[in-house]
Amino acid sequence: MTVTAREKGLIACRECARVWPVGHTRCEVCGNAIRSRDTQCLQKVWAWWIAGIIAYIPANLYPMLKTRTLFHTSEDTIIAGALDLATHGAFGIAAIILIASVAIPLGKFFAIAYLALAVRRGATWPPGRQYILYEVVEYIGRWSMIDVFVVAILCSLVQLNVAASITPGIAALTFALSVIFTMLSAQSLDPRLIWDRIEAQETKDTA
Amino acid sequence: MDQTIEHGLDTLIACPKCDALYRVGTVNKGDWGRCERCHTRLFTRRRDAGLVIISTAFASTVLVIAALFLPFIEIKRLGFSNAATIVDAALAFYGGPLFGLSLAVVALIIALPLTRLVLTLYTLTPLVLDRRPWPGAKRAFRFSEAMRPWSMAEIFVVGCAVSLIKLTDLARVEIGPAFWMFVSVVVLMAVQNMVMCRWSVWKALDR
Repeated sequence: MTVTAREKGLIACRECARVWPVGHTRCEVCGNAIRSRDTQCLQKVWAWWIAGIIAYIPANLYPMLKTRTLFHTSEDTIIAGALDLATHGAFGIAAIILIASVAIPLGKFFAIAYLALAVRRGATWPPGRQYILYEVVEYIGRWSMIDVFVVAILCSLVQLNVAASITPGIAALTFALSVIFTMLSAQSLDPRLIWDRIEAQETKDTA
Repeated sequence: MDQTIEHGLDTLIACPKCDALYRVGTVNKGDWGRCERCHTRLFTRRRDAGLVIISTAFASTVLVIAALFLPFIEIKRLGFSNAATIVDAALAFYGGPLFGLSLAVVALIIALPLTRLVLTLYTLTPLVLDRRPWPGAKRAFRFSEAMRPWSMAEIFVVGCAVSLIKLTDLARVEIGPAFWMFVSVVVLMAVQNMVMCRWSVWKALDR
């Protein structure tokens, strides 16, 4: 059975991993603000989560890229762009784009919501798996930014006068905002709350 | 069990992710001290870690600065050609309504990775030389750690690869030297991240 800092009457610093007796609000080693559990964190999680959803909607409705070649102009949303690639036979790239800018963001919204609800109400998932989900969300969230960088690269590069040019659409901005907001949402969640739940469930199971 | 507390708080280490409490001497099986329940890395034991970190950080800083102004991709189509540097890509949204996005991209792929490198050098150089930490070293290290998820050089590199394949349809594409320089920076940063032990750095900064 693991002993936690809280059970010992100590408060852990999440930056430098030192512990301090109850009553400390700041870590003496690194100067980080410390508290045993960030009980207010769910409010921050949901606030950023909602901001992320709001930014994600226009990101899918408006064009990400405007491509102009000699005889042809097109405006592509994220999904249309990926489907266009797929029809040209670039299935691998289409898959990367779809995974990075559709599957990951959507999965992240669901995952964060599930974890936030689970912290408050308990969950049906077996103990431990929730934490794996948290780790995955934390690790993978930043990678959604890939589409914004691709747009940046394409727009800076493809400026070939009349032959071809690519300019960014407004969706690039809202998509970037959505990624940033969901990263902040995931970062706000105090993972120790997930472990408290897991621990409570384990004690109940063994009792 | 209450013995743990009597032994002084500086011999205890609390997992920042799950609050599990350990005595420092008891987790160091092998080179990796990992939390027993959530497997978060608590510390790394590498004798020459400091030297590895500052040399990779120094090399990365030089490479990033040099890479900024060299072309990383060049395209040709119908007699028109264009080469983009990383600065061009970062400023792709400059001017117009997407100006804010340009700032964000500059921060994510240039400013933050560079700032983190410089701060790492500032914090660790005196420690490696067995000197007293330079003033503000704690704040510098804390800031550098907080910026970790926002420093997205490696995501940018994958974005380059995606853009390359996207562009082969449209034009002839050539990879420039800056691309390979950035790839090596990403590898160096990964090495640095692997040997960096936050616990030891904080301990050394606290002396």
